[in-house]
Amino acid sequence: MAIDMSQFYQVFFEEAAEHLASMEALLLAIDPGAPDPEDVNALFRAAHSIKGSSGTFGFQDMMEVTHILETMLDRVRKGEAPLTDEMVDASLVAGDVLKNLLAAHRGEDEADRAAAEAICHRLEGLCRALDGPRKAQSHASAVVPLPDPQPEAPRSPAGFDLLFALIGDVGGERDAFADLLTELGRIGTVDVLETPTSGDRHCHLRIVTDVHADVLAGILDFVADAASLRIEPLVTAEGGKEEAYGFFDDLPGAAAGAGEWRSSDDAYGFFEPLSSSVADKVTTEEAYGFFDEQEVADLLARQQVAEPYGFFTELPVQEVEAPAQLTQETAYGLFEPLPAVVEVALPVAVEVQVTEEVPAAAAVAPPQAVRKSSARTAGAGDSGSIRVSVEKVDQMINLVGELVITQAMLTQAAVNVDPVICERLINGLAQLERNTRDLQESVMSIRMMPISVVFSRFPRVVRDLSHKLGKQVELKTIGESTEMDKSLVERITDPLTHLVRNSLDHGLETPEKRRAAGKSETGTITLSAYHQSGNIVIEVGDDGAGLNRARILAKARERGMSVSDSMSDQDVWQLIMEPGFSTADQVTEVSGRGVGMDVVKKNISAMGGRIELDSMAGIGTRITVRLPLTLAILDGMSVGVGPETYIIPLSYVMESMQPERGMMKSVSGVERLIQVRGEYLPVVCLHEVFRIPGAITDWSKGIMVVLEADGQSAALFIDQLIGQHQVVIKSLEANYRRVQGIAGATIMGDGRVALILDVPMLVGMARRVMPAAA
Amino acid sequence: MLQAAQTTATQEPEDPGVVQELLTFTLGAEEYAIDILKVQEIRGYDAVTTIANAPSFIKGVINLRGTIVPIVDLRIKFSVGVAEYTPFTVVIILNIAGRVVGMVVDAVSDVIALKPEQIRPAPDFASSVDTAYIMGLGALGERMLIVVDIERLMLSSEMALVDDAAA
Repeated sequence: MAIDMSQFYQVFFEEAAEHLASMEALLLAIDPGAPDPEDVNALFRAAHSIKGSSGTFGFQDMMEVTHILETMLDRVRKGEAPLTDEMVDASLVAGDVLKNLLAAHRGEDEADRAAAEAICHRLEGLCRALDGPRKAQSHASAVVPLPDPQPEAPRSPAGFDLLFALIGDVGGERDAFADLLTELGRIGTVDVLETPTSGDRHCHLRIVTDVHADVLAGILDFVADAASLRIEPLVTAEGGKEEAYGFFDDLPGAAAGAGEWRSSDDAYGFFEPLSSSVADKVTTEEAYGFFDEQEVADLLARQQVAEPYGFFTELPVQEVEAPAQLTQETAYGLFEPLPAVVEVALPVAVEVQVTEEVPAAAAVAPPQAVRKSSARTAGAGDSGSIRVSVEKVDQMINLVGELVITQAMLTQAAVNVDPVICERLINGLAQLERNTRDLQESVMSIRMMPISVVFSRFPRVVRDLSHKLGKQVELKTIGESTEMDKSLVERITDPLTHLVRNSLDHGLETPEKRRAAGKSETGTITLSAYHQSGNIVIEVGDDGAGLNRARILAKARERGMSVSDSMSDQDVWQLIMEPGFSTADQVTEVSGRGVGMDVVKKNISAMGGRIELDSMAGIGTRITVRLPLTLAILDGMSVGVGPETYIIPLSYVMESMQPERGMMKSVSGVERLIQVRGEYLPVVCLHEVFRIPGAITDWSKGIMVVLEADGQSAALFIDQLIGQHQVVIKSLEANYRRVQGIAGATIMGDGRVALILDVPMLVGMARRVMPAAA
Repeated sequence: MLQAAQTTATQEPEDPGVVQELLTFTLGAEEYAIDILKVQEIRGYDAVTTIANAPSFIKGVINLRGTIVPIVDLRIKFSVGVAEYTPFTVVIILNIAGRVVGMVVDAVSDVIALKPEQIRPAPDFASSVDTAYIMGLGALGERMLIVVDIERLMLSSEMALVDDAAA
């Protein structure tokens, strides 16, 4: 085929990444002691799909790793070997290696060949270890014409049972057969189990060789009837590796059975070889003859019909159209999401109904299929989705923002028209307003992603780290479906990872210490996310030892920071977010270098968020991150100062009031405190901070807005409240620079620019900057 | 300065024989010229939103079709003419290194083409404008055009339009 594969690379990359992600998720969720067969299957399918498509695209290195991984998983899948912790570990590492290789193919990273080889060896070792205790298995064939496999063929690198019907004239057959034997003799040892005769052209060879099944297929192509050719890996000690191939190779093999049973229908006869009692119980899938007899036997025993599949599970279980000659390609995972292709591609097809005689199988299979497809949907994104570049979405959001402004301008312009004369205009404008709002909401929702995208990486982080630190940790996640803006999702990942690592390393104690403290040995880290008043709140909590106040204070003194024992807990906790501050006694691989919390804080503030710490000795620590839902839109309160209009983000506003004389208190001659419900709050005069002429200076004539940011409160003195709007945040920095006290700008209904106040900075200013005496 | 002119020339390799098109404008009695390729549009002066604690020559920001654009009054910056805002006050919107900046001038005159040899190096002299931003003096008959390297000027820390690298 002279098709330029590179145009499909992107699809492959995305698909492979999705498969890897689902593989990792499954591995982390799986319980080695009692693995859900469905999960094992899903794992196998993921590995298989990656192998298939990487092979198709010629990414040999990825194929090699997945092949071995697949082989191992296949053993587990078939119940031949128990799943062990080590296997899960190795599989996880293999997943990492594959990710690295994938990134390398994308040109993003350097391929780590050494790691790839190491994992290949490790997986191979595991496979070999499985073979050791494994008993020779030889099941009676369910396919009638096939002779029973010999009690035990000599163990060797690998072996295949070759079943086929010779083609050509009966007279010439012998020669062809002899030639074939010579040919095969060159690559391995051949046992002739069944020689073709003039009446029965079927023969059965057993070859012990280390060549690939594909090579054998190539040789046999010339002499064997393709429909009847069946290459079956021998179930021998070292044959395990090839076994995975049986998946494909058995496919034509099914037809081999058919060849024997040609009398009714050449192509579809392969349903029949199953002994009648068996056949009754067999569902369509079994009829495919995809697996070797032993498997069928196993299957029947367990009545687990859909189990050893992979690729057909998405087809409706009840009604499957059987391909006369499925090509190997069809079996590749690349096409997996398009089962329809398989169906369409087959002009001649047979419908097989699941018979009523298989209640157990039918009962098991459909839910499995449903579960599988739903899991896939979650992993791969909605099947009815399209991939759109973020720029396009952003452009759309910007345009909708413009539309909202234009609509607001129109509405404002229509205030002056006579409602009697222009009734229709006004109605139309009202309609426009509703439509614009709906449009804005739906456009904004495009960018929204569930936070599970971020949370899903933590099980791995926690697993790896807890192993490394010798701690027992349970990770709980709450509110994974909470949605937030995509740009925030991307930017929150690193800070959150840091917080989780911190909790694990510093927060949670070792099992011994926990036991001594009367806690359960397994520590818990809780990740939760929820919406609260226009914010998304993400909490990272642990039930560890809590922050050590005395130690933080001592460390702070050591570093020459001005601290006192009378500081509030909140203030003490804030110290750990100072640059370079670390209470860890020793620098570990995980943390302790003192870079971290300050960076986390900086990152989160840059996103317009805040970070709060709560801790109690012996009970645990909780870090709360508050972020705006989106970076693009903000609920704001517009306030007037002199001739200017400013926007205060509503999330910071606690209340506003008209101060009375008595509320103002002075300290050292300067009236800069206001008493609000027993609390004294510092006052920031906006007109002073921004040097705005013509503003109200008389306390009793203006308005006080109580703001809260970073756990601190202050009152902002302004002239008047104007209104409440949803404003589209525009960057001031795109064309200008950062301005102290200004977080951004927006465009008001009249087309003018209004600046958005940087409340945390203003509140901080109240604490730091001493106002000049009046 | 010649050096300045040369560095610009090396930054934007141009055929020396090719004439450069310049937009000329007046500030008070002086005529200035800037590279027309840096000009995005010319519009009237609108109400601006003042920015607190900004230098006096930064008038504020305006909404230019959804983009927030800072407005600089070059008359204040160069201390020429009177900073009056009438319906005839003109704002030249520049697009410099991807940034959009507006500058208030008294009037826009015309677009002229100058050959490289028509631009003479400016002598070193004391002025409110650093001569480093003057690419040269263009001679066009009796008129003397002050050719300004507008990109360099607008991106300079002096204009306070961009964050300093350190910040």
